Amino acid sequence: MIVLQQLINGLQLGSIYSLIALGYSMVYGIIMLLNFAHGDIIMVGGYIALLIIGAGIHPAVAIIAAIVGCMVLACVIEKAAYAPLRKAPRISLLITAIGVSFFLENVAQLLLSANPRSFPNTAIIPTANFNLGSLNISLTTLVTLAVAIVSMALLTVLVNRTKMGKAMRAVSEDMGAAQLMGINVNRTITFTFAIGAVLAGIGAILYCCKYPQVKPTTGYLLGMKAFVAAVLGGIGSIPGAMLGGLAIGMAEVIVNALGYTTWADAVVYVILILVLLIKPTGFLGRTMSEKV
Amino acid sequence: MKKTLALILALVLCLGLLAACSGDKSGGSAAPTAAPGGTTAAPAANKDPIKIGYLGPLTGGVAQYGIAVQNGVKLYVDQLNAAGGIGGRQIELVSYDEEGDATKAITGYNSLLDSGVVAIVGDVTTGPCTAVVAEAYPDGTPMITASATATSITYNADTNTVYTNMFRSCFIDPFQGETMARFAVEVLKAKTAAVLYDNGDTYSTGVYEYFVSKAKELGLELVAEESYASGAVDFSGQLTNIASKNPDVLFLPIYYNDVALVASQAADAGLKALMLGVDGWSSVLDAVTDAALVEGAYYCSGYSAADTGALVQKFLGDYAAAYNGATPNMFDAQGYDAAWILCDAIAKAETSGKAYGSDEYKAEIIAAMKATNSDYVTGHVSYDDHNDPQKTAAIINIVGGEEKFWGSY
Repeated sequence: MIVLQQLINGLQLGSIYSLIALGYSMVYGIIMLLNFAHGDIIMVGGYIALLIIGAGIHPAVAIIAAIVGCMVLACVIEKAAYAPLRKAPRISLLITAIGVSFFLENVAQLLLSANPRSFPNTAIIPTANFNLGSLNISLTTLVTLAVAIVSMALLTVLVNRTKMGKAMRAVSEDMGAAQLMGINVNRTITFTFAIGAVLAGIGAILYCCKYPQVKPTTGYLLGMKAFVAAVLGGIGSIPGAMLGGLAIGMAEVIVNALGYTTWADAVVYVILILVLLIKPTGFLGRTMSEKV
Repeated sequence: MKKTLALILALVLCLGLLAACSGDKSGGSAAPTAAPGGTTAAPAANKDPIKIGYLGPLTGGVAQYGIAVQNGVKLYVDQLNAAGGIGGRQIELVSYDEEGDATKAITGYNSLLDSGVVAIVGDVTTGPCTAVVAEAYPDGTPMITASATATSITYNADTNTVYTNMFRSCFIDPFQGETMARFAVEVLKAKTAAVLYDNGDTYSTGVYEYFVSKAKELGLELVAEESYASGAVDFSGQLTNIASKNPDVLFLPIYYNDVALVASQAADAGLKALMLGVDGWSSVLDAVTDAALVEGAYYCSGYSAADTGALVQKFLGDYAAAYNGATPNMFDAQGYDAAWILCDAIAKAETSGKAYGSDEYKAEIIAAMKATNSDYVTGHVSYDDHNDPQKTAAIINIVGGEEKFWGSY
């Protein structure tokens, strides 16, 4: 029974990683950019929700504001920092992304100090537990799983069934050809960033409800783990990111539950190294011969 | 081109001269004020101020502790001076800001000695304090720290050396672990306990180890001993393990920010155990999102502002009067006590007839501190073989979303 309980813990943590990994994977799929600022967008989303609830405004407003805030921020970053580098070597883009990440972390530290702020999680999801036999499931877990599943289902529909989804797939397949077919590439890229950021915003709320604390560096480790999840699943692949996220979440909880806590973070990086050595395309990635 | 260079050089020289002049001036103005005091007073009744040093971080990452300790020290020194000082001699406090850095702390120690202090209150945190005591022990400089809790401050286990010149007004890490184990068994009548600690933090692992050894001695069964790496946020795996054992108490020797994360996830894991904490919990209610998550918890602290004892109440009033109505925290109180213990010892040394500032005089201060046996703001203090204070802890109980003083234990 305790094994099942631990698997539920892993599933919850994993579904948050999945939501964030999707943002990494989609952006990489479309412009071959490892957007290291993605994790910090989560931090910004957490702060937005925290400050709005702190101001006494209804939590629903805070959730929407956090998601919209993440989306706007991601679009602004894309337009201001990445779009001018569309034709530049990929390494320039990567370094810019790292720069944006540091920029966001330091601005947050400047404005809100380095001290962790407690997040009013009970205002969003009240503390409640359900018992199924000897199995204990908290309301936070249920909400996290439900929201993650619905978000991922909507994303799948969006990518596979809509015109914009088709454009996204076309641009990721071959940007030049897509442009020749009359697809507005720049708009499609911005849209992809926006979708990734919406998922990050949802992830931010779910993450902060489970771990009720926000600090300027919140996004760093979280982003790293989601990145590993994306690589594990096969970067560029949407179902891959979901699978990768769940696998990383499970691995982390299992390592902790077995008592090897000092290894919890290390295991994530060991997985990254193993994937890169043995199967660089991850679970579901496409074989990409020309990529380094 | 050459002219410009010459002009610049000339300017630099002038500046240097000016700086030297101003230096002389300040030196000159300080000397005359000190000299008449020395000459007018008879050699037997020296009325020069007694100089004591304060060494601690006033800027940098741990400045909040250093500033609090200094506030406490200043308050005591000001009160003592207002009451006539020690045998008619005023106390002069010389402060040095070491920015929380061990190397700068050693520079600071030497600088304080050069300025003629006979004893030092400091250092504030364990790292710099350990570095300084290694220098101060051969010198025989009397020192008292208000807040460094590691055992290594007064005792070097590698060389089996007790730093006899070093004292402290705070209790030590093992004491907290042992106290909470005793409290769980004797007061809470707990039969089973679980621990969750930070395995990357010396304080947390230290307290954990002493809790476990005391628990075994008292027959308290440890059903789960879980840990996490510093900076981790997910404890669901560990807490699920703990919840499955259903212990009576959960001991959390960790800092308040981590307590907030643990408490929220413990509720999610359906954990019902009563939580026990340590002094790292102070201001925990500011960190948790919902006070109900830590309702009923007990933690030990060096001091409680809710203590109704006369000494604490007087200290609270005096502190508020001196610092715009502020409530002192544990560091303020321990800083105040450190200055108090030291000044009591200096008063005894003054009556010993030894020459002020001599090695024998400092030895007298050390001997007097060692013999300390009386009540201070943070409790009764006496010292054991390792110069560790034998104190009582203030137990704080969180009731109805407020920190209540349960009593001394």
